[in-house]
Amino acid sequence: METAYNLIGAGLIVIGGGIGLGQIGGKAMEAIARQPEAAGKIQTAMIIIGALLEGLAFGALLLGKN
Amino acid sequence: MIFTAFATAQAQEHNGDYAFDDEIESDGGKVNTKEEIDSYIDHHLKDSHDFHLFSYSDDAGVRKHVGFSLPVIVWSSEGLKFFMSSKFHHDDDGKVLVNDGDATFTKLHSKIYELDKGAAAIKFDADHHPTNAHRVFDMSITKSVFGLLFIGLLMLLVFGALAKQYRTKKIPTGFGRVLEPLVLYVRDEIARPNIGETKYRKYMGYLLTVFFLIWISNLLGLTPFGFNITGQIAVTVCLALFTFIIVQFSGNKDYWMHIFWMPGVPVLMKIALIPIELIGLLTKPFSLLVRLFANITAGHVVVMGLIALMITLKAQFGIVGSTGLSIFLTLFLSVIELLVAFLQAFIFTMLSALFIGMAVAEHDHHEHAGADEDDVDEVRERFI
Amino acid sequence: MLDLINDFSPGLFFMQALILIILIVLMRKFAWKPILNALSEREEGIAEALAAAENAKIEMANLEASNQAAAQEARAQRDEMLKDAREIKEKMIADAAGQAQEKADKIIAQAQEAIEAEKKAALADIKSQVANLSVDIAEKVTRKELSQKDAQHALIEQLLAEANI
Repeated sequence: METAYNLIGAGLIVIGGGIGLGQIGGKAMEAIARQPEAAGKIQTAMIIIGALLEGLAFGALLLGKN
Repeated sequence: MIFTAFATAQAQEHNGDYAFDDEIESDGGKVNTKEEIDSYIDHHLKDSHDFHLFSYSDDAGVRKHVGFSLPVIVWSSEGLKFFMSSKFHHDDDGKVLVNDGDATFTKLHSKIYELDKGAAAIKFDADHHPTNAHRVFDMSITKSVFGLLFIGLLMLLVFGALAKQYRTKKIPTGFGRVLEPLVLYVRDEIARPNIGETKYRKYMGYLLTVFFLIWISNLLGLTPFGFNITGQIAVTVCLALFTFIIVQFSGNKDYWMHIFWMPGVPVLMKIALIPIELIGLLTKPFSLLVRLFANITAGHVVVMGLIALMITLKAQFGIVGSTGLSIFLTLFLSVIELLVAFLQAFIFTMLSALFIGMAVAEHDHHEHAGADEDDVDEVRERFI
Repeated sequence: MLDLINDFSPGLFFMQALILIILIVLMRKFAWKPILNALSEREEGIAEALAAAENAKIEMANLEASNQAAAQEARAQRDEMLKDAREIKEKMIADAAGQAQEKADKIIAQAQEAIEAEKKAALADIKSQVANLSVDIAEKVTRKELSQKDAQHALIEQLLAEANI
């Protein structure tokens, strides 16, 4: 039973993280399309924010893992 | 992508209807069922005390192991003990006991236990935890330590050679031409913009060392030697702790003020912000260590799971089909893992530099009219 | 999470910390410091070379500008000299013309004076001759008056014709 809860929780985390990463990536692409000359800076910022989100999601997954 | 990979790994791990038939127990026997694959992967993710390349059965049906054993150094109740891991005879289930003086050791799931005095064999409780043995402080040259030593030596040789080249010529030749842009990349893309032009030099030693250590460790994990250095929680904890300590020791007055007495907010808010800031202080290294660990672990689990497809899908696709599919998917994922290997080293170094930069930054409070850079920093700060 | 804490090996942590510290110290001493020093030295060298090139360029431009200025000045000087020369020439011509005119005028005036004087002298001469003639005529007339009236007239006529000037 606990495993099922864990799986549901993991799924929720993945959904949340996926939405967040999608937002980051999408907005970054828009920004790059708008200002291609700033692509490098935007990419770096995107990776940093993505990594922060990833850390959050991984943390949650590990905390949830029994 | 990393994220989904890890989620898949989690889901795999939680598909808990495997029947357990331990291949480690049968001295590295065949790996055929899902359960065996699962335990094989599980075993790989852990540190091991010998350098094991592969095993095979010879004509007489005797298992042969190719590899070499590594020294075991433990701090036991009898003091420092030193012996070779070959004494365990590849046992990983607490069956083989090693006597060294008055202390008796056994290896259980890649961890060395010391049996309590008078115990003749290890006993387990219902959860398969040993009841009459305790873990010892294990300073063995394990596979990960061996890998770290190897990487350290490699870095010293390679970068030492690069340093020597500069003594005679301005522009390096040969392999140095590959290394120089990497050093420049860390300096110009990671350290300089995040720490600041005036202060970055002091932290370059740490950042460069950590960057290359993590990167080479990650890459080594993709080789068939089966290293999993950055997938060891102890290693990432250590790395994150180093960053944490460096950040705290380089923090200036402004940094501590932002934690304990946030300027520009009401007093009540200041008090409320202290615990939040303190938690933020701790979550930074935590997220650092978890990110690196989880990414590498997830990558290894998924790559090994995909390799195992050639066994698990043999019934459905036939030998050629399952092998082809497995090779195709593994190849695809390995390319992604190559990227992840770099990306994780980059992210770790980048965030370390960012945290250090935040600690040493000179804030000019409330006077920056058009200072966009400061605003960006503050936004980042709130984010992290 | 519990699995993770259970998996955490203090020994490995210790070894990793030890290796990391040693590695950082060694790498700093034997690799990063010389490499970074060499890199920044090289960059400084490049920056200096670039600055020097830039300076040379500026100097070159300055030199060219000064050359151009000198040429301009020379041209201006030449133009001025030419202008002066032309002026002098014109002035000289004008002067000469003036002098010639003056001289001519003077000569003409002198000539006129001389003519006048000659004229006066001639007139005086004529006057004196006329007077002599008149005296002669009067003498002859008075000598012949007694003889003939007609002859007197003819004589006067003759004398007058003789006295034609």
